[in-house]
Amino acid sequence: MTANPLPPYAAMLGLRRQGDAMVMPFQALLIGSPGRLHGGSVAGLMEIAANLAVRDALAGEAATLKPINVTVDYLREGAMEDTSAQAFIQRMGRRVANVRVEAWQTDRARLIAAARMNILILREAGEAAG
Amino acid sequence: MTDKPALSEDERLRRYVDRFMSAVPHLQALGIGFRAMGDRWVELQMPYAPQLVAYPETGVIASGTIFSLMDSAAGFSVLVARGKMEPHATLDLRCDYLRPAEPGKTVVGRAECYKMTRRVAFTRGIAHDGDPDHPIAHVAGTFMFTGAA
Repeated sequence: MTANPLPPYAAMLGLRRQGDAMVMPFQALLIGSPGRLHGGSVAGLMEIAANLAVRDALAGEAATLKPINVTVDYLREGAMEDTSAQAFIQRMGRRVANVRVEAWQTDRARLIAAARMNILILREAGEAAG
Repeated sequence: MTDKPALSEDERLRRYVDRFMSAVPHLQALGIGFRAMGDRWVELQMPYAPQLVAYPETGVIASGTIFSLMDSAAGFSVLVARGKMEPHATLDLRCDYLRPAEPGKTVVGRAECYKMTRRVAFTRGIAHDGDPDHPIAHVAGTFMFTGAA
């Protein structure tokens, strides 16, 4: 039995699922300025967490997902530690999913970043892709 | 000993940015490099590479890599607009993904710092894969100055 292989970018970030969260274990290539994670690596984790949450909500229905936009608020410095992200679907529409994402490190209550992401859903059944 | 021409302030800054960038692990991992800069704008580039891909079936790169490119370009635009290497932190960054980047093409990220106050810098920018009039992403980001006032 083989697990679903991650696409290259997610594999580079070293992502793995842990319960309802995605975990990005610390590794040197995530660093931006000395001693801190690059904001882009945290954003990458959050985007993938949002995408997977929408994929889960589709429960196997065939659809193509496309990112529309993302807004990331950086709340605290990302330390050289493992980072987790959890996505919450605010609204699962026919065409668009509105998703909120939280990222934290050791303390779940102390977020290092929060994001909102809109994802376009092109369902293969039902409404034709526009 | 040969005389070297004195470097202009701009050239010194440009070299500093280049050296600084090659020492940033995440930029190295994504292959992001320096391209050009002006008074208050910067262009970075991210050549197409297999590790950037999110959709192996089409070869389209991950939007997260474009976010990293634009976060970096916007941050560097703040440094060049200030003309000094004072620390700052990204407060927020919004990225609109206008269309997928074409597989195989280098993505160019251009950002400008269009307004600075005592504490905050406002930036905007686009990413394109060859034609700036046909962008793949649009960003707006704000940065806080974190050094001593």
